[in-house]
Amino acid sequence: MKAFAELYARLDASTSNNAKLAAMQNYFAEAAPEDAAWAVYFLSGGRPRQLVPVRVLRELAVALSGLPQWLFEESYQAVGDLAETISLVLPQAPHRSTDGLATWVEDKLLPLRGETPQSLAQRLPQLWAQLDRVSLMVCIKLITGSFRVGVSKLLVTRALAAMAGLDSKRVAQRLVGYTDQAHRPSAASYLKLIAAESPDEHAQRGGQPYPFFLAHALSSPVEQFEVLLGPARHWQVEWKWDGIRAQVIKRSGRLWIWSRGEELVTERFPELDSLIPGLPDGTVIDGEIVAWKSAPTGAEKAFEPAVQPFALLQQRIGRKTLDRKILDEVPVVLLAFDLLEWQGEDWRNRPQAERRAQLERVASNCANPRLRLSPLLTGDTWLDLARQREASRALGVEGLMLKPRDTLYGVGRTRDMGVWWKWKVDPFSVDAVLIYAQRGQGRRASLYSDYTFAVWDGPPEASERTLVPIAKAYSGLSDDEIRQVDSIVRKTTVEKFGPVSSVQPSLVFELGFEGIALSRRHKSGIAVRFPRMLRWRKDKPVDEADSLTTLQNLLS
Amino acid sequence: MDLVISRPEGLYCPAGDFYIDPWRPVERAVITHAHGDHARAGNLHYLAAAPGEAILRVRLGQDINLQTLRYGERLLHHGVFLSFHPAGHVLGSAQVRLEYGGEVWVASGDYKTEPDGTCAAFEPVRCDTFITESTFGLPIYRWQPQLQVFAEINQWWQANAAVEKTSVLFCHSLGKAQRILHGIDARLGPILVHGAVQPINRIYREAGVHLPPTIDAADIKKSDPMMRKALVLVPPSAANSSWMRRFVDYSDGFASGWMRLRGTRRRLGVDRGFVLSDHADWPGLLWAIEQTGAERVMVTHGSSGALVRYLREQGLDAMAFDTRYGEDEEDPALAEAELAEVLP
Repeated sequence: MKAFAELYARLDASTSNNAKLAAMQNYFAEAAPEDAAWAVYFLSGGRPRQLVPVRVLRELAVALSGLPQWLFEESYQAVGDLAETISLVLPQAPHRSTDGLATWVEDKLLPLRGETPQSLAQRLPQLWAQLDRVSLMVCIKLITGSFRVGVSKLLVTRALAAMAGLDSKRVAQRLVGYTDQAHRPSAASYLKLIAAESPDEHAQRGGQPYPFFLAHALSSPVEQFEVLLGPARHWQVEWKWDGIRAQVIKRSGRLWIWSRGEELVTERFPELDSLIPGLPDGTVIDGEIVAWKSAPTGAEKAFEPAVQPFALLQQRIGRKTLDRKILDEVPVVLLAFDLLEWQGEDWRNRPQAERRAQLERVASNCANPRLRLSPLLTGDTWLDLARQREASRALGVEGLMLKPRDTLYGVGRTRDMGVWWKWKVDPFSVDAVLIYAQRGQGRRASLYSDYTFAVWDGPPEASERTLVPIAKAYSGLSDDEIRQVDSIVRKTTVEKFGPVSSVQPSLVFELGFEGIALSRRHKSGIAVRFPRMLRWRKDKPVDEADSLTTLQNLLS
Repeated sequence: MDLVISRPEGLYCPAGDFYIDPWRPVERAVITHAHGDHARAGNLHYLAAAPGEAILRVRLGQDINLQTLRYGERLLHHGVFLSFHPAGHVLGSAQVRLEYGGEVWVASGDYKTEPDGTCAAFEPVRCDTFITESTFGLPIYRWQPQLQVFAEINQWWQANAAVEKTSVLFCHSLGKAQRILHGIDARLGPILVHGAVQPINRIYREAGVHLPPTIDAADIKKSDPMMRKALVLVPPSAANSSWMRRFVDYSDGFASGWMRLRGTRRRLGVDRGFVLSDHADWPGLLWAIEQTGAERVMVTHGSSGALVRYLREQGLDAMAFDTRYGEDEEDPALAEAELAEVLP
């Protein structure tokens, strides 16, 4: 545990990728395989379900620290991280445990799940007393499932690959699904990650997906595309769908569906089981699962604006059980855009155009209305495509995807072998007033960095109008702007409700968001998707901020 | 009648007609120590503890009208007995003890309870009312023994020097820099300092504090190989200046009590945070307050709200004094603003 905590401290202390790589390589070289197995799991984003209710953790921490409850809360507000706060207020102990990460996770932490508060109150203090401060903080982060340290999965992959002398794409592939809830890291699974390549590796894949190839955002003006990207005819252009990116795998007579988060989601989409007979074994399709306007009949034309807003799909995903009603109300289809495996063979190294041509044959042979080809857009020039892109909102898509016709399918966000670009339409925007502020977490601890924004419920000429909250946002400002807002918030605070301060309305921000929908849960009657701050409208007085009508007009 | 009250100019003693660390110019100013948020220019008369004289003159001007007292020496002014007692914060820092009509008040200024060998150690003074600072007035602030911190700094410096990297350590030029110099292992390599640190070093040395030899970084060429093995002490205010351009390949660290929190350290974006403060931590504050035996506690700057509430729950008569202290010394927001722009 101490070795892992030291790795955490080294990763946390550095902003350099090389230093982080070196830290991980050192750790993996020294660690026992069973410990390394769990380290890979946590570093690449794996989280066991919460082991101990946060409430119980807090109560225990308060009791052990001997602090009044309110003072613990004040401290937490200043720190902005529960595990760190607990580690700072508990009595400090020298490190006594010699057990490794695997023993800690498997024998001490996982068994805590489902224990009664009484039993936890006995067991946790004994565990904590064995750990020094950093180990204690890391341990609590593992317990709460909030373990995060600034390394990407790609960096973990590179560290493992460098240590094992493997191609990092191979490691990335082996790592897919490693953090899935259903998989439990073990010495064996770790040794498999770093094992020498074997010729039959490919055949042993079962329901294993490939690492997703991810797109980069393109925000240059269209006039520069010719220079940046070359002629439009070298590119395969598609709509950017607003659904769930998914890999559909058909092998050994079975179907598996993986989401982009590398979560197995087959059971969330029972209707896609109907694809089984139409797809031969050894087929892997990359695409987007979207909600469709009515149960697909196969009679529609190649493309009609039949995609439903993401909000609807989200409602369906949120359900614990999928009953007939919801399946009827929110049917889904798979919009296929890539073919990664065909007849059991890895096709990722073939050019985009070849994969697409084969995908079209697969879809046509499958002849199932739940499998639709994501249509291609044709345009001679970038300007022409830009014009077509303007229809995005009406069609319920987010913009265009640009993929070079001659390149292979990469891994994650690699850019060395061709790049997929997402060319999104500008977000919706509205000028809103900051009315509540809350102190942030982690890097922004103690700073008022999370805000609630409101718009007017009437036009400026209305005699009495009030500000109605519409969205919370915490991203989009520079550190410097956050500091400025923080100082204004402190000076204009009207009232404090725990960590939240209500402020004298004085700041106007342009908020951007991706989608908008009616909502019964929100006071304003409206819910927006991915709200963030586009810019600080220092030029705009509060009276001139937008009203609900502006938002309602966007709904149509 | 209170012996000290809060006025727009600063903390004021009506009976003696003088101010303690005023932030606006007044006729008579009693100064606890030479940091900029406590010792300001423009007052007609200054009174301070004798060990702080040289620093005050360097900072406020050689010709200020300054009277000094040895620690413990008593002065009678308008019926008020006034004396200075060591605060353990920086060289010459003092608590101000006031006695009038049988009542004793002590204004702490800034203080630190752990002795560090660079200034007279904090001495608790019995009083009826204690005016305490609270820069780190939350229980999350508990300092490790300083030896441990110096060992960390040594280790970091050594590791950097091994790969030919300069070690740039941001720290306050008065107090913190000298404490670090006094505490680290000077055999590890050359020590360079920013121009703001060198004159203060001289004063400390003249006061008999042992500091290893230091070189003004401005006297060393950028290309000098010695640069790559050096530890450099730099005030945070210089972080953003062109002065920093002389360092090519370096690792940076920041020495401050605020480094106790991951969030603050990560916001600054420095490679290393060293938790080293010239202020009392939470246990230090509580210990100091207890030692005074005071039944009334006035809390200035920092997390005054939490400390006041906590003391009240312990049965003390506590209240917050609104002051403008803490606006530069260890203010993380300021340090951040200064550092933010130079760091990627």
